[in-house]
Amino acid sequence: MTTLGVTRTTLLKDLRMEWRSKDAINSMLFFALLVVVIFSFAFNPTAEESRRIAGGLIWVAFLFAAVVALNQTWARELRNQVLDAYRVSPAPPNALFLAKAIGNFFFVVVLEALMAPLFVVFYDLRSVGPVWQLIVVALLGTWALVVNGTFFAALSIRTRSREIMLPLILFPISIPALLAMVDATTSILTGEASPDFWIKMLAVYDVVFTAVCLLLFESVLNAE
Amino acid sequence: MKRIFIAFVVFTLGLLAVSTYQALFVAPTEQTMGEVQRIFYYHVPSAWTAGVCFFVNFLASVVYLWKRNLASDAVAAASAEVGVTFCTIVLITGPIWARPVWGIWWTWDARLTTTLVLWLIYVSYLVLRRFSAGGQTQVLAAALAIFGFVDVPIVYMSIRWFRTQHPSPVMGGGENSGLDPAMLHAFFWNLAAFTCVGIVLMVVRYRLQMLEEEVEATHAAAALQGGPR
Amino acid sequence: MKFFGRFAAIRGISASFAPGRLYVVLGDNGAGKSTLLRIVAGLMEPSQGSFTLLGTTDHRKVAHRVGYMGHAPLLYDELSGMENLRYFAGLYGLDDDTVCRKAMQMVGLDPELSRRIGQYSQGMRQRLSLARAVLHDPELILLDEPFSNVDVHSAREMAAVLGRVRDEGKTLFVVTHQAALMDGVADEFVHMAAGQIVAREEAVRKAAASNAEWTPR
Repeated sequence: MTTLGVTRTTLLKDLRMEWRSKDAINSMLFFALLVVVIFSFAFNPTAEESRRIAGGLIWVAFLFAAVVALNQTWARELRNQVLDAYRVSPAPPNALFLAKAIGNFFFVVVLEALMAPLFVVFYDLRSVGPVWQLIVVALLGTWALVVNGTFFAALSIRTRSREIMLPLILFPISIPALLAMVDATTSILTGEASPDFWIKMLAVYDVVFTAVCLLLFESVLNAE
Repeated sequence: MKRIFIAFVVFTLGLLAVSTYQALFVAPTEQTMGEVQRIFYYHVPSAWTAGVCFFVNFLASVVYLWKRNLASDAVAAASAEVGVTFCTIVLITGPIWARPVWGIWWTWDARLTTTLVLWLIYVSYLVLRRFSAGGQTQVLAAALAIFGFVDVPIVYMSIRWFRTQHPSPVMGGGENSGLDPAMLHAFFWNLAAFTCVGIVLMVVRYRLQMLEEEVEATHAAAALQGGPR
Repeated sequence: MKFFGRFAAIRGISASFAPGRLYVVLGDNGAGKSTLLRIVAGLMEPSQGSFTLLGTTDHRKVAHRVGYMGHAPLLYDELSGMENLRYFAGLYGLDDDTVCRKAMQMVGLDPELSRRIGQYSQGMRQRLSLARAVLHDPELILLDEPFSNVDVHSAREMAAVLGRVRDEGKTLFVVTHQAALMDGVADEFVHMAAGQIVAREEAVRKAAASNAEWTPR
C-alpha cells in the first residue's frame, strides 16, 4: 500500500463527496463574497489606493474563507466516526493528511480563481507588475495557509469549541506567511518593489511546515 | 529535595533584593534617557527568562512526544505559563520605556514584533491546553509547541526584511553598546535574579501540575471502587 | 490500565484468548467493554501495561489481519454502499470490485443499490458496517454492539453470519448487551464489570447441537 495510492483514492473520495454536497465550496464562496463587498464599501478606495491596500484585503478575505473550508475537512471524518475506520487500517497516516491538504488547496485555489474577477470589478484593480508573479505568490501562499490549516483543524476538532479553536491557533503561526503574501502582493500590484525575497520566504515556509506537519501528523491522528 | 528547593527560594529572594538595590540605587542614571532607563534592568532579564522558558517548553514537548511521560508534559505546561508571564512583562515595560525615549509607544521593529508574535503563539498554546479534553491534551499541545518554536526564526527573518524595506524613523539601536560598567554590573545581577525567579516559578507550577495529575488518578481509582452502576 | 481523565475504564486485565473462537463480551454500561475492544483494535494505547496481538506488540504490523466494527457505523453518509466499500478496500491495498461485492452479498445487501448510506435504514447500515469490517478477510474480528438498533430478525441473521465466519476459522469478539442473540453461536461468554474481567464461562452450542440432531431425521 503506497502513500501515493492512498492519497489519490482519499483525495478522489473527498472530491466526490464535496461535489455531491458542495458544503465547503459554497459556504466559502459566499463568505469571501461578503467580505469583499463589506470591505469595498467600508474603504471605498480609488484605483490608486486600492492597489496599495488590495494585498491586505485579498488575503484577509481568503484567510477567513479558508478557515470556513478547513473546519469542514475533518467534520466529515468525524460524522459516524469514520476516522476510526481509517485508523484501524494499515494505510499510512500521512496519506490521509496529504489528501486533505491537497483537497483544501484545490478548493481554496478554485475560490481564488473565482474571486479574482470580483476584485477587479469592485476595486478597479490593475496590476503594474507581471501577473504571473501574482499567481506564484497565490499558489505558494495558499499552500502555506492550507498545510498548517489542515493540520491545526485536525488539532482543533479534538477540542471543546471546535470551530473557534482553529483561527485561534492558526493565525499566530501564520503571521510570517501572511506578512509575506500581503507584502509580495502589494509589491507586485504597485510595481514599486521586488517580491523576490517574499517569494523565497514563502517557499521556505512551505517546505519547513510541510515537513513538520508530516512529522507530527501520526501522533495527532492517534491521540486518544 | 524539598529542603534544597526551599534553600533555593531563599537564595532567589536574596538575589532579588541585591539586584533591585543594584538597579535602583547603585547603577548610575543614564544621561540622555534619565531614570526611565532603569526599566532596562527588568525588561531585558524578563525577555531572557521568557526565552529560556520557551526553549524549555520546546524541549519538554519533544521529549513528551518521544517518551509519552506525564512529567515532561507538566514541564511543558509550567514553562509555557511562566514564559507567557515574563513575555507579558517585556511587552508592558517596552512601551513604557519607548514612549519617553523614542517618542512613540510601539514600532513594528523586528525584535518588538517577534516578541509580540511569540506571545500570541504561546497564549494560543495555553488556550489549546485549556480547551482540549482528557488524554489528548498532551499530544495536541506538544505538536503545537513544536510548530510555535519552528515559527520563531521565520517570524524574526520576515519582520526584519519588512522593516529594512520600509525604514522607520525610530530604530532600537544596540542597547548593550557602550554600557557603563556599573550598569553592566546591575544588569547581570538582575539577569541572574530573574532567571532564578523563573526557575522557582516553573518548579512550583510543575509540582502543581503533577499534583493535579495525582488527584485525577486518585479520583479515577475512587470512581472505580464505587463502581459505575 | 486505561485512564480517561478521571476515569479508569480498564484496570489490571490480564488474560489471553485462544484463536478460532467466538467470544461474547458482556457487562453493564461503563464496564470497559468498548475500551478493551478499542485497545485491541489499536485505536487506543493502554496507559500502563502492554498487550500482545497476533504475536506482536506493534499494532501497525498486524493491522491488515484485524477487522473492527465500531459502535458508530464508520461509513460515509454521502456515498453509496459500494463506493464506501471500494474506498475502504483501497486502504487495505485491495482494488478488486469482487471483494466488495462478495462482502455485500455476505451480509445480504444488493451491490447494485445506488442509494447513499444516509438513506439506509439502521439495520442496513449495521450490515454494511459489518461488511466493511470483514472486507479484507481478517483473522481477528472485533465488533462493538453490532446489534444496536437492529430488529430481532436482522440481528438473528447477523448472528448467524458471525457464526459462519467463526466456522471458517476466524476469531471474533462481540461486545453486546443482548447475550440471548448470541446463545446459539457463541463459544465463550466473557463477563466484565468495573474495568475487569470477572468471569469467563464456556457456552453450550445449543443451536448447533440441536441442528446436528435434527439433520439426520
